[in-house]
Amino acid sequence: MIHIDWILLIAGGWLLLAAVSLLVLRATRIVARWIFPAGAALGLGLLVVAIDAAFSPAEVAELLIGLPGLPMHLRVDALAAFFLIVIGAGACGTSLFCAGYFRTEEGTAPGLLSFEYHVFLAAMTLVVLADDAYTFMVMWETMAVSSYLLVTANHRLASVRNAGYLYLLIAHIGAIALLMCFGILQDNTGDYRFSNLRAVHLDPVWSSVAFGLAVFGFGAKAGLVPLHVWLPEAHPAAPSPVSALMSAVMLKTAIYGLLRVCLDILGGGPWWWGMVLLALGLASALLGVVFSTVQTEMKRLLAYSSIENIGLIVTGIGLALTFHAYGMTALAALALSAALVHVLAHAFFKSLLFLGTGAVLHATGERNLGKLGGLIRTMPWVAWLVLAGALAGAGLPPFVGFVSEWLLLQSFLLTTILPNSFLNMLIPLVAAAVALVVALAGYAMVKFFGVIFLGQPREEKLLQAHDAGSWERLGLLWFAAGVLLLGLFPTLLIELVDPVTRRLVGGGLAPAVQANGWLLLAPSGIDRASYGPIVFLCGVGAATLLGLLIARGLFRGTLRRAATWACGMGLLPVRDQARLQDSAEGFGQPIRQIFETFFHVSRELPAPSDVRPRYRVLIEDRIWLGAYLPIVRAVDAVARQVGHLQQGRISIYLLYSFLTLLVMLLLVRA
Amino acid sequence: MTISGAVAQLLEIALALAGAPLLLGWVDQCRARLQNRRAPPLVQPYRVLRKLFNKESVVADSASALFRMAPYAKFGCMTLACAIVPTVSTDLPLATAADAIALVGLFALARTCLALAAMDIGTAFGGMGARRDMLIGFLAEPALLMTLFCVSLITHSTSLANMVETMNRRPFGLEPSLAFAGIAFTIVSLAENTRIPVDNPATHLELTMIHEALVLEYSGRHLAMLEWAASLKMFAYSCIGLALFFPWGIAEIDTPLAMITAVPVLAFKLAIGGVGLALIETISAKMRIFRVPEYLATAFLLAVIGLLVHQLLGA
Repeated sequence: MIHIDWILLIAGGWLLLAAVSLLVLRATRIVARWIFPAGAALGLGLLVVAIDAAFSPAEVAELLIGLPGLPMHLRVDALAAFFLIVIGAGACGTSLFCAGYFRTEEGTAPGLLSFEYHVFLAAMTLVVLADDAYTFMVMWETMAVSSYLLVTANHRLASVRNAGYLYLLIAHIGAIALLMCFGILQDNTGDYRFSNLRAVHLDPVWSSVAFGLAVFGFGAKAGLVPLHVWLPEAHPAAPSPVSALMSAVMLKTAIYGLLRVCLDILGGGPWWWGMVLLALGLASALLGVVFSTVQTEMKRLLAYSSIENIGLIVTGIGLALTFHAYGMTALAALALSAALVHVLAHAFFKSLLFLGTGAVLHATGERNLGKLGGLIRTMPWVAWLVLAGALAGAGLPPFVGFVSEWLLLQSFLLTTILPNSFLNMLIPLVAAAVALVVALAGYAMVKFFGVIFLGQPREEKLLQAHDAGSWERLGLLWFAAGVLLLGLFPTLLIELVDPVTRRLVGGGLAPAVQANGWLLLAPSGIDRASYGPIVFLCGVGAATLLGLLIARGLFRGTLRRAATWACGMGLLPVRDQARLQDSAEGFGQPIRQIFETFFHVSRELPAPSDVRPRYRVLIEDRIWLGAYLPIVRAVDAVARQVGHLQQGRISIYLLYSFLTLLVMLLLVRA
Repeated sequence: MTISGAVAQLLEIALALAGAPLLLGWVDQCRARLQNRRAPPLVQPYRVLRKLFNKESVVADSASALFRMAPYAKFGCMTLACAIVPTVSTDLPLATAADAIALVGLFALARTCLALAAMDIGTAFGGMGARRDMLIGFLAEPALLMTLFCVSLITHSTSLANMVETMNRRPFGLEPSLAFAGIAFTIVSLAENTRIPVDNPATHLELTMIHEALVLEYSGRHLAMLEWAASLKMFAYSCIGLALFFPWGIAEIDTPLAMITAVPVLAFKLAIGGVGLALIETISAKMRIFRVPEYLATAFLLAVIGLLVHQLLGA
């Protein structure tokens, strides 16, 4: 009983911090120096407790709050504990960063932001703990509303209000689907505890309907295609630490819900469930990564990259569901491990990248890639730490992003023949698509890092940019260390996800991995596949050192610093020389050309006679134009028709009341 | 780790470091002969390296540490790649650290480092080279992975040593999926090593250059390391191709005799491969940069077809 009490205490601690920050609304100093660091300490505590809970038997608790006769049922099992680890780790680093981030000038008062922030953290914790549908939905909505308030922190801007509205709308459409899903799952028993939902035996048709509703509801939160449209709007609107928390942690609660409903409550299903998730995941991954390479706003780029990563996670889950349907335990465990490791990996590197954009935003006031550049010289701390995140995001060894990519590709490759020839044909194609997505992610990350931190500053004011403060550095350091260390010790990651896969698909990789020691990751035997990041890193390091020694030994010349050769344009002022570099649009141009069909591109070309020629490219999402705008217009048209009812005259309203009464009476008679 | 394994490992690294420029010289010589030119001496690449090591290194004022570290990082990555690929022996202690997927990751890591370094100075050419190199990279990387997957579906393993051993022990027979994979691999290696249909290492024509644009700002010892690393990369790619598709002669047990015979066999195979490369470069023309995606997409599709053929025929 000990873990769940501690976790509840930590959630309570966050709520207490929320209450305290309401008392000190305008006292930025107190909020920054005391409340956020205290929140970070609680996050660290949650991380420690959750790691311990992951290896302990499940615990339940009942809280006698809420409606009379309807206590809150809570439970922490391996699955919940794993996601609590994600929340704890994300909260710890982000809160540290927040301690140095929020200033008085921001739209909402710092105390109010801190209130919303800590309620958000507590709500996410309780979503994961919930053991009945009531508690789950209440906490789910608390999480949605508090994050909406955080997104609209800068509510004086119309674009921010619009983004928040879109987010809230899609979140609620998703929530309605979830309500209906739980309604089906309880099967007229009236008992909404998860233990009952697990015990109920549904008709296959109804369980498939419940599955569809769950995918819709959780997909809306996670940003699966075609419900992804809120992500690239909400992330740029929110303050950077909030973006980090939403992208790294909140999207993962949707993954948690998907796993809880599909694999735990429904206990898996027919093979095509997996294929549905696989198709949605791949579509999201491909669309997300292609869009992220052509963005010119740094946080939009990262938002699309989040869609891509969620897509990869869902692909892994889809694969696991398919294998599970055919009773292939070992492969299902491998695919699910890949998805779960990627959950953790994405939480770390995306937090790091979003917090990095926050530091850049504070130092320069610019979020447009076209006006940044060269910040590695003025902001070395941020640049080098963010580099670790960018390399992890590109899925490069020895960082953590590569571990999940490696596991996912392994689970495609080690597919023994499935009893379905159609699937056997499909699996190599899916593997090819995953390989393409990962390679494109590298392109997006090089663009992100290269355009912001490398090259020459594209604006003069960038020369005055200051590096991040010590609290901000601490937050970045936390995530950067995680990105590297988790990448170096993948066997620990496997042990961490082992209880979860054991619980959900009945098998785990830990025994196979432990047999080969902690240096080598070899989930299916050392002669089939192995990856040893520490030896890998030492090998690269030693060979690099060897190269350095050879070069020093053979070199007879001298080293000289000189001005950059600007192709004969050296007389130009520095600012114009910087404009010789590739712009963000230029860097994305090859992708725009290759994946033309993905985009709706509108160009504004200058006329020959223009004195100040301007070239503008607007890239829009076809899904937004083709699917959402028609719905918006239809809703608008219907609303206008309904508006005719409203005449503003009392006699008309009396007539309505009279008619309603008449209809009611008729109905009662009948 | 056995002593003979460690010896084989060191032998491989030494062989790669010393022999890689020779392979480049051999290809250049063959190509010159095929084009009716007077051939440069076989040791020309070594002379280039010596020349560069004796020259001044000029570094731009605005260069950050990333710029200066990248050549060594690339050199390190390529050396490790040569150490992992079974060239003379399959009993390599380092090979367990990285399988075929990690090897592709290693190449990607090297590419990313160099692309970032090229963007660091902030000239027009650096960014252009980085963009083009990443473009080729993101198309070539999945194609390379698919090619390796073709082989690993046959061998049920992604560990390179195991793949080579299984291919070596297989009774001789034509496998259609391997034919597709082999063609795809050739296309990818031409693109990855900036050879002719994709890039021409011999010119600095600003509209067409890719690799040369990337390293334009480097001089002296940094450029020497990059040139050396490029030859190591070609060596590694040739050895992967030879090891997977023509695995005969690679020692499985590290007896001194087996290793001593493996080296001339490798040299012979590389010499033949070099002639083939020179032939391809002579009979094809360089293509426009925007034809490259189609070219690499062909490789990608061929490799995927190889996978499907294996699933259809092998299942």
